[in-house]
Amino acid sequence: MRIGSGAGFAGDRIEPAVQLAARGELDDLVLECLAERTIALGQQRRLRDPALGHDPRLRARFRPLLPVAIGNGVRVVTNMGSANPLAAGETTRDLLVESGLRGRIAVVTGDDVLDRLDLREPALEDGIALAAHGEVVSANAYLGAEALLPALDTGADVVLTGRVADPSLFLAPMAHRLGWDLDDWPRMAAGTLVGHLLECAGQVTGGYFADPGAKEVPDLANLGFPYAAVESDGTAVIGKLPDTGGLVSTATVREQLLYEVTDPAGYRTPDVVLDFREVRAEQVAADRVRISGAVGRPRPEELKVSVGYRAGHRAECGISYAGPNADRRARLAADIVTTRLRGTGLRIRADVLGRADECRLRVAALAPDPELADLVCHEVESLYTNGPAGGGGVRTDVREVIGIVSTLIPRTEVETRVTVLEADGAAA
Amino acid sequence: MLLHDIAHCRAGDKGDTSTLSLFPHRDEDYDLLVREVTADRVREHLAVRGEVRRWELPNLRALQFTCHRALEGGVTTSLALDTHGKTLSSRLLAMRL
Repeated sequence: MRIGSGAGFAGDRIEPAVQLAARGELDDLVLECLAERTIALGQQRRLRDPALGHDPRLRARFRPLLPVAIGNGVRVVTNMGSANPLAAGETTRDLLVESGLRGRIAVVTGDDVLDRLDLREPALEDGIALAAHGEVVSANAYLGAEALLPALDTGADVVLTGRVADPSLFLAPMAHRLGWDLDDWPRMAAGTLVGHLLECAGQVTGGYFADPGAKEVPDLANLGFPYAAVESDGTAVIGKLPDTGGLVSTATVREQLLYEVTDPAGYRTPDVVLDFREVRAEQVAADRVRISGAVGRPRPEELKVSVGYRAGHRAECGISYAGPNADRRARLAADIVTTRLRGTGLRIRADVLGRADECRLRVAALAPDPELADLVCHEVESLYTNGPAGGGGVRTDVREVIGIVSTLIPRTEVETRVTVLEADGAAA
Repeated sequence: MLLHDIAHCRAGDKGDTSTLSLFPHRDEDYDLLVREVTADRVREHLAVRGEVRRWELPNLRALQFTCHRALEGGVTTSLALDTHGKTLSSRLLAMRL
């Protein structure tokens, strides 16, 4: 089967996904759009407006993509449901109707475990009780492939989820099409490895890789996204479309292979514990790399939960200096600001960035309330007439920070369900 | 010689942990990396505060470093300009061999 990657993060480009749906001869196209903190930001938007909380680019991505994908029989799987998968499903249905398309949408819910979490439990990162970090606004369990299979069984054209482990979004369609059992650890490991390589989209096709003179990548402006041709035993070839920019080489694959891996002998996902140590990557043709050798051990009994809490307000401010002695004036400005803010108890960071004769003072602080954050900005702004000579270009920014910590929850505590929505734009 | 002359690197982040994957451009330089780029040298070069652990992956011609507590709290609450620690990969390649 052939599976493509149409997005590697919430801010990704849209064109490569449309190209893959049009010319990739794909079975499935997966768009991974939820970083660690993205779902908490979605929860923030949902708290302000119950109709929001899904990926803000959902319509912008689906408008050009779905007519092509549905036209070519390419199933689209994505976690753009974010903090509100059902609203994402309704938005998608409306869009299909507007576009005169017929389609079935399956929405996976159940990752939201806020109401069943014991907030007195310690966070994995620091051992401090979850509730002691700040007001908890979200708790989302990383679902595995198991939660997606019933949605795939509905014959849906589009599958929308909230928090799902990134490789599981890819593993589920592979297991579904190739008939893999979820306790077949070698295949779960092989499919998870493919998912891990594809989940960041352009990062395996040469994006985030180029270093002119050391690592050349052709035509980055037209970077194409990857697909994998997956065999029934789980071995796969990673490739990209001809006439797109970028590069698939053993070097791009190896960089992505270990990306964000804290234990190469035991990478934990909801589906399997993956051991990378025997993995091989070999170039079989231009822009084609074959991967094999993933080893799997049985999946963990607990699921990881990402917990979002109100961490305060971050102030971030800057002012520029230039000409002779610029760096010393910038450092004097830093001293003035930190002296004036002494006694507030704030954690403040002041950096002088740039060259001796052209530099910028950057001041950042995390404040428990917006008023204190504004005070930091005010002190930087007042450098205009109360600071060293020649300061210009003050910019100030205050925004609320949602912090993230993790905990574990027994698998048995998490119940998932699938809701099917039908769109019949063709009849309208 | 700089590490950048013979190797490439990718940084990733998990919470407050930075992961750094280091690869030689040419397979035959792998042993040199194993000999020269120790966990202690990485910790000292990057001036990070927590433990640095090194994994050897000869099959992939890779060294994997996990730098704990290296990101000032990590992407959500760090006050650094680069909250993900993405630039650490290139900073590592400035190491002199």
